[in-house]
Amino acid sequence: MDETSIVLSIGPFGITRTVVTTWGILVALWVICMLLAQRLRTEPGQLQTVVEGIVLAQENAIAQLLPGEERRLLPFIGGLWVFIVVANLLGVVPGLSSPTADLSATVALAILVFLSTHWFGIRSQGLHSYLQHYLRPSPILLPFHVIGEITRIVALAVRLFGNMMSLEMAALLVLLVAGFLVPVPILALHIIEALVQAYIFGMLALIYVAGGIHSQQLKRREQQEKQE
Amino acid sequence: MTDMSWFVLASTVAAVLGIALGVILPAFAMGRAISSALDALARQPEAAGTLSRTLFVGLAMIETMAIYCLVIALLLLYANPLTG
Repeated sequence: MDETSIVLSIGPFGITRTVVTTWGILVALWVICMLLAQRLRTEPGQLQTVVEGIVLAQENAIAQLLPGEERRLLPFIGGLWVFIVVANLLGVVPGLSSPTADLSATVALAILVFLSTHWFGIRSQGLHSYLQHYLRPSPILLPFHVIGEITRIVALAVRLFGNMMSLEMAALLVLLVAGFLVPVPILALHIIEALVQAYIFGMLALIYVAGGIHSQQLKRREQQEKQE
Repeated sequence: MTDMSWFVLASTVAAVLGIALGVILPAFAMGRAISSALDALARQPEAAGTLSRTLFVGLAMIETMAIYCLVIALLLLYANPLTG
């Protein structure tokens, strides 16, 4: 990042806008969730209905792909969805820039996905048999498995970053060329793209995690069939 | 013209050609993906949920190629490592 994006510096470390907005989003979401959780009722009001709808939609999306695992995956995948939607949409708010237009933020999110793929995979079957799936169907394929793991995470980060950064840059260029109010259609596109990219990021994270869990389940089923 | 301006000219041309090709080909790929998804949807409207989910993920994969081209083109134009 360039020097202008540094807001304040603590010792040799510069705190960039991205860090400040990310923590701002986290605190805001946390406060909203705490406020909502304090007045949960069995007869939900309007706000509670909306939030319940969001959570249920996320749970259903996970359950369609991985039935029975939605309770375990909802905190991570749902958190990704909510956070990225808010972070992407911040780019439309004047004076704020969306943190996902910074490669560092998207790489951080992608590293989280990378680690949790292995975490959920190992937790579902144990370390030994999880590592064994890299050697199947043949140990020759091990480098390809490893390359695949790395490239899909890089692609995840670059996709979100490229989309958000290019939309902001496109709006800026149109503003430079045409002037006031002309970039409004591009900002409308920005909103759609922000929602779509957040959905896709969460969905791909879900699919990767599901791949880690699923290969284990398939293998277990094969072993059971062999024993029978 | 100096060597440096030739170099800038060459990288500009390369960036424009790169982004052009990098948009045309994913556009064709996306068109094929969407058209076959619509075919499948017309035959089996009840599979809409699974289809649209898979289609979205596939489109994201294809779109990534265009985004790679865009990132490289922007690197060439704004942050070219060779021009310093």
